[in-house]
Amino acid sequence: MTAPLLELEKLSVRFGDTVAVRDLSLAVQAGERVALVGESGSGKTVTALSVLRLLEEASISGAIRFQGEDLSRYDDEQIRTLRGRDISMIFQEPMSALNPVLTIGKQIIETLVLHEGLSARRAREAAISLLESTGVADPARRVDSYPHQLSGGQRQRAMIAMALACKPRLLIADEPTTALDVTIRARIVELLLKLQQRDGLAVLLITHDLHLVRKFAQRVAVMEQGVLVEVAPTEQLFEAPKHPYTRRLMDSQPVRAVTPVEASEPTVLKASGLRVEFKHRRGGWRERFRRNTLAAVDGVDFQLRRGETLGVLGESGSGKSTLALAVLGLVRPAAGTVEYDGRGVKYASNAWRAMRGQLQVVFQDPFGSLSPRMTVEQIIGEGLELHRPELTAAQRRAALIEVLGEVGLPESALSRYPHEFSGGQRQRIAIARAVVLKPLIVVLDEPTSALDVSIQRQVLALLTRLQRRYQLSYILITHDIAVANAMSHHLLVMKDGKVVETGETQQLLGSPRHTYTQSLLRAAQ
Amino acid sequence: MSTLPDDVGLSLVPPVAEATRPTVVESVSPGRRVWERFKRQRLGYYSLLILASMLAISLLAELLSNDKPLLARYDGHWYVPIVQTLSEADLGGELLTEADYHDPFVQQQLTAPGNFALFTFNRWGYKAMNYFPETPHPAPPSASNWLGTDIIGRDVAARLFYAFRLSVLFGLALTVSGVLIGVALGALQGYFGGRVDLVTQRLIEIWGALPELYLLIIFASFFEPSLLLVFVLLSAFGWISLSDYVRAEFLRNRQLEYVTAARAMGLTNLQIIWRHVLPNSLTPVITFLPFRMSAAIMALTSLDFLGLGVPPPTPSLGELLAQGKTYLYAWWISVPTFFVLVITLLLLTFIGEALRTALDTRVRDSAAAAS
Repeated sequence: MTAPLLELEKLSVRFGDTVAVRDLSLAVQAGERVALVGESGSGKTVTALSVLRLLEEASISGAIRFQGEDLSRYDDEQIRTLRGRDISMIFQEPMSALNPVLTIGKQIIETLVLHEGLSARRAREAAISLLESTGVADPARRVDSYPHQLSGGQRQRAMIAMALACKPRLLIADEPTTALDVTIRARIVELLLKLQQRDGLAVLLITHDLHLVRKFAQRVAVMEQGVLVEVAPTEQLFEAPKHPYTRRLMDSQPVRAVTPVEASEPTVLKASGLRVEFKHRRGGWRERFRRNTLAAVDGVDFQLRRGETLGVLGESGSGKSTLALAVLGLVRPAAGTVEYDGRGVKYASNAWRAMRGQLQVVFQDPFGSLSPRMTVEQIIGEGLELHRPELTAAQRRAALIEVLGEVGLPESALSRYPHEFSGGQRQRIAIARAVVLKPLIVVLDEPTSALDVSIQRQVLALLTRLQRRYQLSYILITHDIAVANAMSHHLLVMKDGKVVETGETQQLLGSPRHTYTQSLLRAAQ
Repeated sequence: MSTLPDDVGLSLVPPVAEATRPTVVESVSPGRRVWERFKRQRLGYYSLLILASMLAISLLAELLSNDKPLLARYDGHWYVPIVQTLSEADLGGELLTEADYHDPFVQQQLTAPGNFALFTFNRWGYKAMNYFPETPHPAPPSASNWLGTDIIGRDVAARLFYAFRLSVLFGLALTVSGVLIGVALGALQGYFGGRVDLVTQRLIEIWGALPELYLLIIFASFFEPSLLLVFVLLSAFGWISLSDYVRAEFLRNRQLEYVTAARAMGLTNLQIIWRHVLPNSLTPVITFLPFRMSAAIMALTSLDFLGLGVPPPTPSLGELLAQGKTYLYAWWISVPTFFVLVITLLLLTFIGEALRTALDTRVRDSAAAAS
């Protein structure tokens, strides 16, 4: 057997006193597809960055060998020539990984001129054919586009074209599809597979997405808190995971736990013909004098009964988050009505302000949704102070302790600040803030998509338990079919502001009628 | 850091049992954390201590440097001249004007048997003139005037002492007023954005284009020059750069989800600004505080130097510098003034540097301690 293309031996990476990676040994053969799987903080990205010596202030020990040569003996100049030419990398967020003030063509040409020594004209031709091979539509024109002019999927294709410009031997793909919509994800994976086979390239795929691993990788390495716990061929790993952590990861797919809602339950929320518009300005000075509006939500009807969950499924730009804001009264609908608990609302009236307490929200990002300078007590207690001013301080504190217990946090959390909690715990705090007022309706805007898979399942279970206990009605906004399936009674599938399909969840997912729903389901499999 | 269990266990049973766990570490508030980080910046921390004690001592200036005695006994009566106005006649003289305690006659009266006077550490106030000099004014340092006298015979040490107090207090007041106006306007612009922002920003630009110095000169000729006038004029312009930073912070923070969450909760705009956005937008304000204060001190000094600032006989560093410039040979005026000014500004700069490091989240604690 020849020497592996990339060999890591007893690799350890330390930042100050924290060990990010401990004694990791892993080999990638030429032309092989290896996935490095783990949750956030498992050290998978650090491992990849250490190969290209892209980490600052890290102390690295152990051996990194590429094509049999010890990279630790390379000086910075040698490493630099290696980057992009022999080993290249694609990142999670193509928008921030591409330089926004250079056209994508320029950025590809730059690598070609630098590493391959091509003339400017030859490099441009090469760039166009690269873009073509990565499936960028109309490459001769797109080569002069700036990153912001491309869609997310197109940008990721351009990134891949850039990474492959110098025909590297190894491609490190760090969460290449996480920032993309599901339907586009599938296409990017297909593209990577096609290119990998064409060029005989080795790919080290870093991801937390087990679907992607199954579709793409030949071998899987699982990392937990900086330690490599299991390496096995993909089939074998999925059939018979050996390490308990791997098994936990496998089981963390959300399970459906939905209690049926009695037909006699009252309707708490009813929207009909809901339409939300945004001002939309096109280029040209003449357009400044016209009113251009863009309907982010267009003619949506639904109703929600007590104790019921309505899933709103859609990709980015489908208008699902705008729908949530409209339900919360944070954007005013241009047309249509929303009735809460059988009553219409006059926004900004006193009745509406009182209604606010009945209508709560949990956001996606547990880091952004809690004010960093307030204690948990202040964060959760704020709603009580506002909507239940009759409570004494002691009663309020008792209510806070009760709700914390409800979401599984100790009483000692009250005096702490958000930064002292992990992502899952923060999301629990956000949920506590929403349920402490015993609201009628809670809008869940992607409540789990920023969380690791194992925590995602716990948070979903918590939400289900709270729903049963307090008869809460949920509006669950999500792009994740598994999450929608686990929680919702009814589903709305949205695309471009319109509802394309609606129905009982299992029926809808079992036999989708609309082609868009079908393509969503296919992509998620 | 956190002693709470991490969210990795997969049990679906809520970990309520953990509620009984005792807390080990007390939480530190973000403000307290910044303070702790600041304290670890030796230079800045000691600079703050030194400056604070200098200010504290100077607040007691009347008790330390005064031409009137703290306590006096004359003819069996106790007097507190520092708060009482005694005429020379009260002390056995002829004149009905206030006693000059440096007058040999008054001194003689007070040191007579049975009489007694407790003088302050430095026996000169900032206004008192030395009518009995051994050399013409400005007189070089001597046993009675430790740092000499200025051109009309006032004690330089006393004037420096009082001028330092005035400068620092003026700097503090100007900083506070600038922060209040700047934060209020910046918050208004950033939080409401859109048209409010657009209109206010244009108004600020027009306001900022007014020539501050000319206005001062014009106003100085209209009104009687006073400390209040200088303060009002300087605070009318001192907030401009600050409101921009606050506006930018507000524009960023108002989009964060915790603000949306607060709106969904039904809080009023004022409550959201005060409780949620403002505390998270103050970092640039706090970082600039010491630098703003040194700029304010410099502004007052420059105006006084040009003769546009406070009226005589207000003690002022700028006025002393101007005298030092006119009478170059009187090094005892210029050199000490220069040192007081340099030391004050240097201390403020050190404090500012330390504060900046303490608030910089990119610098890790260990690195911050090392620097």
